[in-house]
Amino acid sequence: MKRSGSLYILIAVVLAVGAIIFLAVGGLGDNLVYYWSPSELRAHYDAPTGQNEDPLNRAVVRLGGEVKPGSIVRGDGASDLSFVVTDGKQEVVVHSTAVPPQMFREGIGVVVEGVLASDGDFRSERIMVKHDNEYKAPTNGEKPAYAPANGTM
Amino acid sequence: MSAPQRRIAPEHWFGVAGLILLAVGSYLGLVEAPPERYMGEVGRILYIHVPTAWIGLLALTAAGVFAGLYLVQRRPRWDDLLTGCVEVGVILTAMLLIQGSIWARPTWGVFWTWDPRLTTAAILLLSFIGVLALRAFVEDPQRRARWTAVATLVAVLDIPIVYFSVKWWRTLHQDFSSPETVAGAMHWPLRINAFALLALAIWLILRRARLSRQRRSARATAPPATSTLVAGD
Repeated sequence: MKRSGSLYILIAVVLAVGAIIFLAVGGLGDNLVYYWSPSELRAHYDAPTGQNEDPLNRAVVRLGGEVKPGSIVRGDGASDLSFVVTDGKQEVVVHSTAVPPQMFREGIGVVVEGVLASDGDFRSERIMVKHDNEYKAPTNGEKPAYAPANGTM
Repeated sequence: MSAPQRRIAPEHWFGVAGLILLAVGSYLGLVEAPPERYMGEVGRILYIHVPTAWIGLLALTAAGVFAGLYLVQRRPRWDDLLTGCVEVGVILTAMLLIQGSIWARPTWGVFWTWDPRLTTAAILLLSFIGVLALRAFVEDPQRRARWTAVATLVAVLDIPIVYFSVKWWRTLHQDFSSPETVAGAMHWPLRINAFALLALAIWLILRRARLSRQRRSARATAPPATSTLVAGD
Protein backbone atom coordinates (compact mmCIF):
# COMPACT_ATOMS: atom_id res chain seq x y z
CA MET A 1 0.00 0.00 0.00
CA LYS A 2 2.67 2.41 1.04
CA ARG A 3 4.85 1.45 -1.92
CA SER A 4 2.11 1.91 -4.51
CA GLY A 5 1.07 5.14 -2.78
CA SER A 6 4.49 6.67 -3.31
CA LEU A 7 4.44 5.49 -6.92
CA TYR A 8 1.19 7.41 -7.49
CA ILE A 9 2.72 10.46 -5.90
CA LEU A 10 5.75 10.14 -8.15
CA ILE A 11 3.54 9.89 -11.24
CA ALA A 12 1.48 12.89 -10.10
CA VAL A 13 4.59 14.97 -9.53
CA VAL A 14 6.05 14.02 -12.94
CA LEU A 15 2.77 14.94 -14.66
CA ALA A 16 2.50 18.22 -12.82
CA VAL A 17 6.11 19.23 -13.46
CA GLY A 18 5.53 18.40 -17.10
CA ALA A 19 2.46 20.63 -17.10
CA ILE A 20 4.49 23.51 -15.66
CA ILE A 21 7.21 23.08 -18.29
CA PHE A 22 4.50 23.01 -20.96
CA LEU A 23 3.01 26.24 -19.59
CA ALA A 24 6.41 27.86 -19.42
CA VAL A 25 7.85 27.01 -22.83
CA GLY A 26 4.92 25.56 -24.75
CA GLY A 27 2.72 27.23 -27.30
CA LEU A 28 0.08 28.15 -24.76
CA GLY A 29 1.50 31.62 -24.42
CA ASP A 30 0.57 32.36 -28.02
CA ASN A 31 -3.01 31.20 -27.66
CA LEU A 32 -3.81 32.71 -24.31
CA VAL A 33 -2.86 36.34 -24.58
CA TYR A 34 -4.24 38.96 -22.27
CA TYR A 35 -4.10 41.62 -24.95
CA TRP A 36 -3.15 42.10 -28.58
CA SER A 37 -0.63 44.59 -29.84
CA PRO A 38 -1.74 47.02 -32.58
CA SER A 39 0.22 44.95 -35.13
CA GLU A 40 -1.54 41.74 -34.08
CA LEU A 41 -4.94 43.40 -34.13
CA ARG A 42 -4.33 44.76 -37.63
CA ALA A 43 -2.95 41.45 -38.89
CA HIS A 44 -5.98 39.65 -37.54
CA TYR A 45 -8.63 41.92 -39.01
CA ASP A 46 -6.89 42.78 -42.26
CA ALA A 47 -6.92 39.12 -43.21
CA PRO A 48 -9.09 38.58 -46.35
CA THR A 49 -11.72 36.56 -44.51
CA GLY A 50 -12.50 39.48 -42.25
CA GLN A 51 -13.34 42.01 -44.95
CA ASN A 52 -17.12 41.81 -45.05
CA GLU A 53 -17.58 41.26 -41.41
CA ASP A 54 -20.35 43.08 -39.60
CA PRO A 55 -18.52 45.24 -37.07
CA LEU A 56 -21.20 44.60 -34.47
CA ASN A 57 -20.36 40.92 -34.65
CA ARG A 58 -16.72 41.49 -33.98
CA ALA A 59 -15.53 40.08 -30.72
CA VAL A 60 -14.61 42.30 -27.80
CA VAL A 61 -10.85 42.17 -27.50
CA ARG A 62 -8.16 43.87 -25.48
CA LEU A 63 -5.66 46.09 -27.23
CA GLY A 64 -2.44 46.95 -25.43
CA GLY A 65 0.32 49.39 -26.23
CA GLU A 66 1.68 52.82 -25.56
CA VAL A 67 -0.33 56.04 -25.77
CA LYS A 68 1.37 57.89 -28.60
CA PRO A 69 2.66 61.25 -27.33
CA GLY A 70 0.65 64.16 -28.68
CA SER A 71 -2.25 62.00 -29.79
CA ILE A 72 -4.67 62.57 -26.91
CA VAL A 73 -7.76 64.56 -28.00
CA ARG A 74 -10.41 65.35 -25.42
CA GLY A 75 -13.93 66.09 -26.61
CA ASP A 76 -16.70 68.13 -25.06
CA GLY A 77 -17.83 65.59 -22.50
CA ALA A 78 -15.74 64.60 -19.50
CA SER A 79 -15.35 61.11 -20.88
CA ASP A 80 -15.19 61.86 -24.61
CA LEU A 81 -11.66 60.91 -25.55
CA SER A 82 -9.56 59.68 -28.39
CA PHE A 83 -5.90 58.73 -28.61
CA VAL A 84 -3.52 56.56 -30.59
CA VAL A 85 -2.19 53.27 -29.23
CA THR A 86 1.10 52.21 -30.78
CA ASP A 87 3.57 49.36 -30.50
CA GLY A 88 6.21 51.19 -32.50
CA LYS A 89 5.20 49.49 -35.77
CA GLN A 90 1.45 49.86 -36.11
CA GLU A 91 -0.98 52.40 -34.70
CA VAL A 92 -4.66 52.14 -33.80
CA VAL A 93 -6.90 55.12 -33.10
CA VAL A 94 -8.98 54.52 -29.99
CA HIS A 95 -12.26 56.33 -29.28
CA SER A 96 -13.34 55.92 -25.72
CA THR A 97 -16.42 56.79 -23.75
CA ALA A 98 -14.85 55.72 -20.47
CA VAL A 99 -13.47 58.11 -17.92
CA PRO A 100 -9.73 57.31 -18.01
CA PRO A 101 -7.85 56.52 -14.78
CA GLN A 102 -6.05 59.50 -13.32
CA MET A 103 -2.68 58.06 -14.26
CA PHE A 104 -3.63 58.10 -17.95
CA ARG A 105 -1.16 60.28 -19.83
CA GLU A 106 0.94 60.43 -22.96
CA GLY A 107 3.56 57.74 -23.30
CA ILE A 108 2.05 55.41 -20.70
CA GLY A 109 1.13 51.79 -21.35
CA VAL A 110 -2.60 51.11 -21.64
CA VAL A 111 -4.87 48.13 -22.17
CA VAL A 112 -8.26 49.02 -23.68
CA GLU A 113 -11.25 46.70 -24.04
CA GLY A 114 -13.53 47.11 -27.01
CA VAL A 115 -14.08 46.28 -30.67
CA LEU A 116 -12.31 47.23 -33.87
CA ALA A 117 -14.98 49.09 -35.86
CA SER A 118 -15.31 48.81 -39.62
CA ASP A 119 -13.70 52.23 -40.10
CA GLY A 120 -10.49 50.78 -38.66
CA ASP A 121 -10.72 52.62 -35.36
CA PHE A 122 -11.10 50.98 -32.00
CA ARG A 123 -14.16 51.74 -29.87
CA SER A 124 -13.63 51.20 -26.19
CA GLU A 125 -15.58 51.54 -23.00
CA ARG A 126 -12.80 50.53 -20.66
CA ILE A 127 -9.32 51.97 -20.34
CA MET A 128 -6.81 50.34 -18.03
CA VAL A 129 -3.47 51.95 -17.31
CA LYS A 130 -0.38 49.78 -17.00
CA HIS A 131 2.13 50.81 -14.39
CA ASP A 132 5.68 49.56 -14.84
CA ASN A 133 7.86 48.17 -12.08
CA GLU A 134 9.74 51.45 -11.58
CA TYR A 135 8.99 53.15 -8.28
CA LYS A 136 10.68 56.52 -8.04
CA ALA A 137 10.36 59.66 -5.99
CA PRO A 138 8.99 62.69 -7.85
CA THR A 139 11.69 64.94 -9.20
CA ASN A 140 11.41 68.71 -8.82
CA GLY A 141 8.23 70.13 -10.28
CA GLU A 142 6.61 66.77 -10.99
CA LYS A 143 3.10 66.36 -9.71
CA PRO A 144 1.84 62.84 -8.97
CA ALA A 145 -1.64 61.90 -10.15
CA TYR A 146 -2.62 61.51 -6.50
CA ALA A 147 -1.19 64.57 -4.81
CA PRO A 148 -2.34 65.41 -1.28
CA ALA A 149 -3.62 68.92 -2.00
CA ASN A 150 -5.00 68.83 -5.53
CA GLY A 151 -5.90 65.43 -6.85
CA THR A 152 -6.66 66.38 -10.44
CA MET A 153 -4.36 65.65 -13.31
CA MET B 1 -4.11 18.87 31.17
CA SER B 2 -0.61 19.70 32.25
CA ALA B 3 0.06 22.48 34.72
CA PRO B 4 -0.24 25.93 33.18
CA GLN B 5 3.07 27.21 31.95
CA ARG B 6 4.37 30.32 33.64
CA ARG B 7 7.07 30.79 31.05
CA ILE B 8 6.20 32.72 27.89
CA ALA B 9 6.04 30.34 24.94
CA PRO B 10 9.14 30.97 22.79
CA GLU B 11 7.19 31.61 19.59
CA HIS B 12 5.68 34.73 21.15
CA TRP B 13 9.01 36.48 20.65
CA PHE B 14 8.41 36.21 16.90
CA GLY B 15 5.08 37.94 17.43
CA VAL B 16 6.62 40.74 19.46
CA ALA B 17 9.42 41.24 16.93
CA GLY B 18 6.96 41.15 14.04
CA LEU B 19 4.65 43.77 15.51
CA ILE B 20 7.55 46.12 16.31
CA LEU B 21 9.03 45.70 12.84
CA LEU B 22 5.63 46.24 11.22
CA ALA B 23 5.18 49.48 13.17
CA VAL B 24 8.66 50.70 12.18
CA GLY B 25 8.32 49.67 8.53
CA SER B 26 4.86 51.18 8.22
CA TYR B 27 6.04 54.44 9.78
CA LEU B 28 8.92 54.60 7.29
CA GLY B 29 6.63 53.74 4.41
CA LEU B 30 3.78 56.07 5.30
CA VAL B 31 5.73 59.05 6.62
CA GLU B 32 9.45 59.00 5.79
CA ALA B 33 9.48 57.61 2.26
CA PRO B 34 8.68 59.97 -0.62
CA PRO B 35 5.41 59.62 -2.57
CA GLU B 36 5.71 57.73 -5.84
CA ARG B 37 6.42 59.83 -8.90
CA TYR B 38 3.20 58.98 -10.76
CA MET B 39 1.01 57.26 -8.20
CA GLY B 40 1.71 59.68 -5.39
CA GLU B 41 0.40 58.66 -1.98
CA VAL B 42 -1.44 55.64 -3.38
CA GLY B 43 1.91 54.08 -4.26
CA ARG B 44 2.64 53.55 -0.56
CA ILE B 45 0.54 50.39 -0.60
CA LEU B 46 3.64 48.89 -2.22
CA TYR B 47 5.19 48.59 1.25
CA ILE B 48 2.60 46.06 2.38
CA HIS B 49 1.54 44.51 -0.92
CA VAL B 50 4.96 43.26 -2.00
CA PRO B 51 5.91 41.85 1.45
CA THR B 52 2.48 40.16 1.65
CA ALA B 53 3.15 38.51 -1.69
CA TRP B 54 6.65 37.36 -0.71
CA ILE B 55 5.68 35.94 2.67
CA GLY B 56 2.40 34.45 1.43
CA LEU B 57 4.17 32.54 -1.33
CA LEU B 58 6.91 31.58 1.12
CA ALA B 59 4.41 30.18 3.65
CA LEU B 60 2.70 28.12 0.96
CA THR B 61 6.07 26.91 -0.35
CA ALA B 62 6.96 25.86 3.21
CA ALA B 63 3.64 23.99 3.31
CA GLY B 64 4.87 22.02 0.29
CA VAL B 65 8.13 21.18 2.09
CA PHE B 66 6.26 19.96 5.19
CA ALA B 67 3.90 17.97 2.97
CA GLY B 68 6.89 16.21 1.41
CA LEU B 69 8.43 15.59 4.84
CA TYR B 70 5.16 14.16 6.11
CA LEU B 71 4.80 11.75 3.21
CA VAL B 72 8.36 10.50 3.74
CA GLN B 73 8.47 10.33 7.54
CA ARG B 74 4.78 10.22 8.59
CA ARG B 75 5.47 12.30 11.68
CA PRO B 76 2.40 14.20 13.00
CA ARG B 77 4.69 17.16 13.71
CA TRP B 78 5.00 17.83 9.95
CA ASP B 79 1.24 17.75 9.57
CA ASP B 80 0.91 20.30 12.38
CA LEU B 81 3.34 22.67 10.68
CA LEU B 82 1.80 22.04 7.26
CA THR B 83 -1.61 23.10 8.58
CA GLY B 84 -0.19 26.28 10.08
CA CYS B 85 1.59 27.16 6.83
CA VAL B 86 -1.51 26.60 4.68
CA GLU B 87 -3.78 28.62 6.99
CA VAL B 88 -1.34 31.52 7.23
CA GLY B 89 -0.67 31.33 3.50
CA VAL B 90 -4.39 31.45 2.71
CA ILE B 91 -4.88 34.52 4.89
CA LEU B 92 -1.89 36.28 3.32
CA THR B 93 -3.00 35.40 -0.22
CA ALA B 94 -6.52 36.67 0.50
CA MET B 95 -5.03 39.88 1.90
CA LEU B 96 -2.83 40.08 -1.19
CA LEU B 97 -5.81 40.01 -3.55
CA ILE B 98 -7.71 42.57 -1.48
CA GLN B 99 -4.72 44.93 -1.30
CA GLY B 100 -4.16 44.47 -5.02
CA SER B 101 -7.76 45.44 -5.75
CA ILE B 102 -7.52 48.52 -3.57
CA TRP B 103 -4.35 49.50 -5.40
CA ALA B 104 -5.63 48.61 -8.86
CA ARG B 105 -8.78 50.74 -8.83
CA PRO B 106 -7.08 54.16 -8.57
CA THR B 107 -4.01 53.26 -10.67
CA TRP B 108 -5.09 50.77 -13.34
CA GLY B 109 -8.71 51.96 -13.31
CA VAL B 110 -10.33 48.63 -12.38
CA PHE B 111 -10.67 46.58 -9.22
CA TRP B 112 -10.09 43.33 -11.06
CA THR B 113 -9.15 42.06 -14.49
CA TRP B 114 -8.43 38.51 -15.63
CA ASP B 115 -4.79 39.06 -16.44
CA PRO B 116 -2.47 36.06 -15.92
CA ARG B 117 -0.97 37.27 -12.64
CA LEU B 118 -4.33 37.97 -11.03
CA THR B 119 -5.92 34.82 -12.41
CA THR B 120 -3.14 32.48 -11.27
CA ALA B 121 -3.10 34.15 -7.84
CA ALA B 122 -6.85 33.64 -7.48
CA ILE B 123 -6.39 29.99 -8.47
CA LEU B 124 -3.70 29.71 -5.80
CA LEU B 125 -6.04 31.02 -3.11
CA LEU B 126 -8.89 28.73 -4.19
CA SER B 127 -6.57 25.69 -4.36
CA PHE B 128 -5.40 26.13 -0.80
CA ILE B 129 -8.90 26.87 0.47
CA GLY B 130 -9.69 23.54 -1.19
CA VAL B 131 -6.88 21.89 0.78
CA LEU B 132 -8.37 23.20 4.04
CA ALA B 133 -11.87 22.14 2.99
CA LEU B 134 -10.65 18.64 2.12
CA ARG B 135 -8.95 18.47 5.49
CA ALA B 136 -12.13 19.37 7.33
CA PHE B 137 -13.95 16.41 5.80
CA VAL B 138 -11.55 13.64 6.85
CA GLU B 139 -11.88 12.42 10.41
CA ASP B 140 -9.14 9.81 10.66
CA PRO B 141 -6.00 11.80 11.59
CA GLN B 142 -3.53 9.73 9.55
CA ARG B 143 -5.66 9.67 6.46
CA ARG B 144 -6.38 13.38 6.89
CA ALA B 145 -2.67 14.16 7.12
CA ARG B 146 -1.87 12.02 4.07
CA TRP B 147 -4.61 13.54 1.91
CA THR B 148 -3.69 17.03 3.02
CA ALA B 149 -0.06 16.46 2.12
CA VAL B 150 -0.88 15.13 -1.37
CA ALA B 151 -3.37 17.93 -2.06
CA THR B 152 -0.83 20.48 -0.85
CA LEU B 153 1.82 19.11 -3.23
CA VAL B 154 -0.62 19.60 -6.10
CA ALA B 155 -1.63 23.11 -5.04
CA VAL B 156 1.99 24.14 -4.54
CA LEU B 157 2.62 23.71 -8.27
CA ASP B 158 0.75 26.96 -8.91
CA ILE B 159 3.31 28.94 -6.89
CA PRO B 160 5.98 29.14 -9.63
CA ILE B 161 3.24 29.85 -12.16
CA VAL B 162 2.01 32.80 -10.09
CA TYR B 163 5.55 34.03 -9.59
CA PHE B 164 6.67 33.79 -13.20
CA SER B 165 3.31 34.73 -14.77
CA VAL B 166 4.54 38.29 -15.32
CA LYS B 167 7.53 36.92 -17.25
CA TRP B 168 5.79 34.18 -19.22
CA TRP B 169 2.72 36.09 -20.36
CA ARG B 170 1.55 39.58 -21.13
CA THR B 171 -0.06 41.04 -18.05
CA LEU B 172 -1.51 44.27 -16.81
CA HIS B 173 0.32 43.61 -13.56
CA GLN B 174 3.83 45.02 -13.47
CA ASP B 175 6.94 42.89 -13.80
CA PHE B 176 9.07 41.90 -10.79
CA SER B 177 10.33 44.78 -8.74
CA SER B 178 14.02 44.73 -7.93
CA PRO B 179 16.39 47.05 -6.08
CA GLU B 180 17.26 48.63 -9.45
CA THR B 181 13.63 49.52 -10.22
CA VAL B 182 12.76 50.82 -6.75
CA ALA B 183 14.22 54.09 -5.46
CA GLY B 184 16.67 53.72 -2.58
CA ALA B 185 14.46 55.62 -0.12
CA MET B 186 11.76 52.98 -0.65
CA HIS B 187 14.00 49.95 0.09
CA TRP B 188 13.96 50.04 3.88
CA PRO B 189 10.19 50.11 4.46
CA LEU B 190 9.89 47.21 2.00
CA ARG B 191 12.61 45.16 3.68
CA ILE B 192 11.49 45.86 7.23
CA ASN B 193 7.86 45.04 6.48
CA ALA B 194 8.96 41.83 4.75
CA PHE B 195 10.82 40.72 7.89
CA ALA B 196 7.83 41.87 9.98
CA LEU B 197 5.42 39.67 8.05
CA LEU B 198 7.94 36.80 8.10
CA ALA B 199 8.13 37.00 11.90
CA LEU B 200 4.35 37.27 12.24
CA ALA B 201 3.86 34.31 9.91
CA ILE B 202 6.32 32.17 11.90
CA TRP B 203 4.57 33.21 15.11
CA LEU B 204 1.13 32.17 13.86
CA ILE B 205 2.39 28.95 12.25
CA LEU B 206 4.12 27.84 15.45
CA ARG B 207 1.06 28.78 17.53
CA ARG B 208 -1.12 26.74 15.21
CA ALA B 209 1.24 23.77 15.35
CA ARG B 210 1.26 23.92 19.14
CA LEU B 211 -2.53 23.96 19.23
CA SER B 212 -2.69 20.89 16.99
CA ARG B 213 -0.19 19.06 19.18
CA GLN B 214 -2.07 19.89 22.37
CA ARG B 215 -5.37 18.78 20.89
CA ARG B 216 -3.81 15.50 19.80
CA SER B 217 -2.37 14.76 23.22
CA ALA B 218 -5.62 15.79 24.90
CA ARG B 219 -7.50 13.38 22.68
CA ALA B 220 -5.00 10.60 23.36
CA THR B 221 -5.51 10.88 27.13
CA ALA B 222 -9.27 11.50 27.10
CA PRO B 223 -11.64 8.52 27.04
CA PRO B 224 -13.05 7.93 23.54
CA ALA B 225 -16.64 8.73 24.52
CA THR B 226 -15.85 12.26 25.61
CA SER B 227 -13.29 13.11 22.95
CA THR B 228 -14.60 15.66 20.51
CA LEU B 229 -13.47 15.98 16.96
CA VAL B 230 -12.68 19.46 15.87
CA ALA B 231 -12.97 19.95 12.15
CA GLY B 232 -9.72 20.62 10.42
CA ASP B 233 -7.43 20.37 13.41
